[in-house]
Amino acid sequence: MSDADNSGKIREQTPMFQSQTQLPSMDAAAVKGAAEGLLASCQQNASAFDEFLGVDGRPRPHYAKLLSALENFTAPELRRRRDTSERLVHEQGITYHVYGDPRGVERPWQLDPIPLVIAPEEWRSLEAGLIQRATLLNKILADCYGNQELIRSRWLSPAMVFAQPDFLRPLHGVKVPNDTFLHFYAADLARSPDGRWWVMSDRTQIPTGAGYALANRLVTSRILPEPFRDNHVHRLAGFFRDAQSALAQLAPRQAGTARVVMLTPGPHNETYFEQAYLARYLGYMLVEGQDLTVRDNQVFLKTLSGLERVDVILRRVDDDFCDPLELRNDSILGVPGLVEAVRAGNVVMANALGSGLVQSPAFMPFLPGLCERLLGEKLKLPSVATWWCGQKDARSYVLDHLGEFVVKPAFRSHLRAPDPEKPLNKAELAELKRHVEFDPDLFVAQERVELSTASIFENGGLAARPITLRVFLAATERGFRVMPGGLVRVSPDAGGKFISMQHGGSSKDAWVISETPVEEVTLLHTAGANVELRRTGNNLPSRLADNFFWLGRYSERADATARLLRSALLRFNPERAGGGRSLIAPLLQTLEAQGQLPGISAKPELLQNAEAFEAELLAAIFDPARTGSLHSTADHLQRLATQVRDRTSNDMWRVLSQLNDRLATPTSSLVLLAGDATGVLNETLIGLAAFHGLARENMTRAQAWRFLDMGLRLERAVYLCTLLEATLRSPDAENPSLLEAVLEVVDSRITFRSRYTLLPSVPAVFDLVLLDDKNPRSVLFQINQLAKHFEKLPPEREDAPGSGKNVLAKCRARLNQTDARELAAPHDAWRNSELAAVVRETLETLPKLSDAIAAGYFAHSEISRTGRGTEQ
Amino acid sequence: MNYRITHRTLYEYAAPVTVSHHVTRLEPRAADGQACADFAMEIFPAPTLLQERADYFGNRLCFFSIQEVHSKLEIVTQSRVSVAPRENSAAENSPAWERVAELFRDPVSPEVVEPYEFVFDSPQVRASFDLAGYARESFSEGTPLLAGAADLTRRIFGDFKYDPKATTVATPLEEVLEKRRGVCQDFAHLGIACLRSLGLPARYVSGYLRTHPPEGQPRLVGADASHAWFSVFCPDAGWVDFDPTNNCLAGEEHITVAHGRDFGDVSPVAGILTGGGAHEVKVSVDVEPLD
Repeated sequence: MSDADNSGKIREQTPMFQSQTQLPSMDAAAVKGAAEGLLASCQQNASAFDEFLGVDGRPRPHYAKLLSALENFTAPELRRRRDTSERLVHEQGITYHVYGDPRGVERPWQLDPIPLVIAPEEWRSLEAGLIQRATLLNKILADCYGNQELIRSRWLSPAMVFAQPDFLRPLHGVKVPNDTFLHFYAADLARSPDGRWWVMSDRTQIPTGAGYALANRLVTSRILPEPFRDNHVHRLAGFFRDAQSALAQLAPRQAGTARVVMLTPGPHNETYFEQAYLARYLGYMLVEGQDLTVRDNQVFLKTLSGLERVDVILRRVDDDFCDPLELRNDSILGVPGLVEAVRAGNVVMANALGSGLVQSPAFMPFLPGLCERLLGEKLKLPSVATWWCGQKDARSYVLDHLGEFVVKPAFRSHLRAPDPEKPLNKAELAELKRHVEFDPDLFVAQERVELSTASIFENGGLAARPITLRVFLAATERGFRVMPGGLVRVSPDAGGKFISMQHGGSSKDAWVISETPVEEVTLLHTAGANVELRRTGNNLPSRLADNFFWLGRYSERADATARLLRSALLRFNPERAGGGRSLIAPLLQTLEAQGQLPGISAKPELLQNAEAFEAELLAAIFDPARTGSLHSTADHLQRLATQVRDRTSNDMWRVLSQLNDRLATPTSSLVLLAGDATGVLNETLIGLAAFHGLARENMTRAQAWRFLDMGLRLERAVYLCTLLEATLRSPDAENPSLLEAVLEVVDSRITFRSRYTLLPSVPAVFDLVLLDDKNPRSVLFQINQLAKHFEKLPPEREDAPGSGKNVLAKCRARLNQTDARELAAPHDAWRNSELAAVVRETLETLPKLSDAIAAGYFAHSEISRTGRGTEQ
Repeated sequence: MNYRITHRTLYEYAAPVTVSHHVTRLEPRAADGQACADFAMEIFPAPTLLQERADYFGNRLCFFSIQEVHSKLEIVTQSRVSVAPRENSAAENSPAWERVAELFRDPVSPEVVEPYEFVFDSPQVRASFDLAGYARESFSEGTPLLAGAADLTRRIFGDFKYDPKATTVATPLEEVLEKRRGVCQDFAHLGIACLRSLGLPARYVSGYLRTHPPEGQPRLVGADASHAWFSVFCPDAGWVDFDPTNNCLAGEEHITVAHGRDFGDVSPVAGILTGGGAHEVKVSVDVEPLD
């Protein structure tokens, strides 16, 4: 930069937040006195802009309708609506992942029920400023990834581009359709004490939050339907509809078959909920890098039925992680060869790879000049005062005033920024100075800002909290469009200056209101458009098939575990000699074999001590740390449900999360009684029945359902065979009480009674539980169902070792040839009976079948790398 | 000096590979006193797709995909390269290093934008106080740039032991600095990091080195190897190459294949495979002098 440019830049920096004219002086008491009712409890911060109240302490005009509606509610009514809001958030499973939280990764989304209201004329001017800014940032990107005219003509310092890890060199010179890099853009806005809005940060890499804003809207409009209607709040759906149609337009193939997918880093990402939510709302498949493959420079989705072309990728993976071949080669989130496919124009990325470049705060001081240069206009929406230390004058200014600013990394980097909330001590300041002087390009300094405040609902009244507003734009055929609304983020403490959802902030809906009634739009209908009817649903990515299969297995495992433990607890009677344990021995052996009661047969002392034994059974239910316990199985279930979140209904999600809640409650606090535990087991079984019912009644008979059901059938066959095998080994096998217990566990007592008037006998029980193909709880029934599923699935992979279909056919033939009357023979002859052999063989076959299914359909092809340093 | 260079890379995979994508940078650069004729590359099995182009730094790059199941990959390149003797201006007459560093501090003239790319941290080379400290022993106040770089080269050669077992490609520079061991790639990175820690532009050069058989013995075919060194920008002389592994200026016996910010920009053969498992790689390089 020339010196002339520099001086101009610096002058633009100073008159911002701090130097605004102060508000007319008004002490807090006067303010408080002016507000009545609800607002009376609301302490105003005299130095900040209050979104709700004017300087006279009266509600701002555009809040009049909302506040009068709120005033009309009684306190219990308000509380009820707040509770409903919390329930809706919980039930929809709106969550945010917090990294490093010992309580687990998912945290319920925090939503304050009172929206921020934005007046029409104010919104119009914000809109114009935001559209200009998005257009400008997009032009800067086009230049940096093109002929770099801005660098050569000294409008941009070369270091702004070259020193940034977000400048992706392999993408330099790669054309993007319509020169659009930013398909989505978000900005964080803050309002200064004089009422002006400023941009605090630009989001160009992966602008997150629009999904949360949408979720907030659905909840808030439902708990405040009257003011929502009366205020003529602009709807959000139109924005998403436009974005959707713009993405479809980008597809290199325009044959109506264009496929848009959303690329996610996976369920551990902090905004995974939002990804699944938006994917479902927009109708895009949510995929991980391993679900995609590049062939012939084109991107394909790997489905069970083969490869399907992908045209547009809406990415939630950072751009440098998108291709381990040409970008970061340690990435496991990307798709090898993707960059070359982009270069060939066969796939479009949204946002374009490399677009993270301009979200660096170092660009902020240059924007006014760049705006005049590129758009010939004055920059309408200012940025928070920012000094990039790569500039000589800015650097010396910052170093002279170091303690006053927030100093942070200019670029994404390994540097750790000082905590902006904590003032630095002398030693820390000296250390910071040393770093800035050593590598000045890597730092920016920003003004500390006084955020405006908005009222939140707290302790039955209102309280003022600092807020920022994130707004969202999408590139459409008619230029950028702003989502009329936004995500309001609320600081957890009254004096907060920095808001992060990672650090416990809350959120609000933002209502952009209109003087006149607004147009109702919804994503659901496109009037007049040709609707293509689809019925297949047979394009399940193999990774998801795997997840559904295990979801089925674990749900049945939970069911079997609960049944076995319930029957064991009910029959366990400390009054009787030995507690009647010999009669439940097959149940215990099954639980041991399945991992719930590890090594119990090797601990005879445990069986002698009634209390210790009972404790062992309870641990098998509640102990989350015990592998195989019902609680840990429920955890697994919930985790798997997270992975298939965009493919299952909210109801299924809700049932599983309630299941987990129920098992989580009594871990430490309660001394549990066996009676309490059976109650929990009963509820668990009802919950699982609900889950299975939903799966059966609500899932289309497509591949997802098939794999879920195959998992369930296979798991059920495993535990049935284990139980039958243990029964055959038991010396008390002929005791009717033991057989009753077996029938109870397999839920076939009623069927048995309806058929036989006698006490249960071994051949009759085995016929019903092993061989009766009409009994949905028999082994043969499971095997038959599995065979039916195989008929409907695409062929197994040719390179898979061993065919599941063949394994299954053999097993089925053996069962069909078996006759339970063999067991009418004396007990000691059973061991060598054909039937016992069939049970054992089936038990050995089932794991092989599971492996064959995995190899035939899921087979995650491992990625490997070569050529990282062959030099000597 | 004229050479015929043969570079053979053979991968043998433990498990079948169903699809693979590769990027190679194996064609010697034709610039800066070096000419490359008759470059040929053969790949087995034959790729379904192959595209050649120049990369961001002007290196020749080849992208190819193999879409049939295979358990071996062989890449053989042959080229004829002629390397002109380099005119090495007297190091003592080069400008003081501070003056050069000053050129790359704001405001930077657009005339030096090209070398300016190489002043900044890159993924494998990060400036640090420690590295600056090590470098300053060669760059006392007013030291002519090239004299300082030559001294740095000498010190890396003397202070560090060549040890192929001590490091991998993932070893961070801090560890190399502490262990004082490494291979040519580490020494090149070290030199670059030292220079960048002083605010000087430096880049990574990959290529080949002619080797001489011991006195009286015939030259062994295929016993050569890929090599790497660093290059520093000097306003009057342009880019000047130093080889810290051999404590010399790069000359007629150094054949340049590619240059970039660090190894990551110029990796000769990189690939991502579906399947493959563990693999073994055999590389043989033959640098045959033709004169």
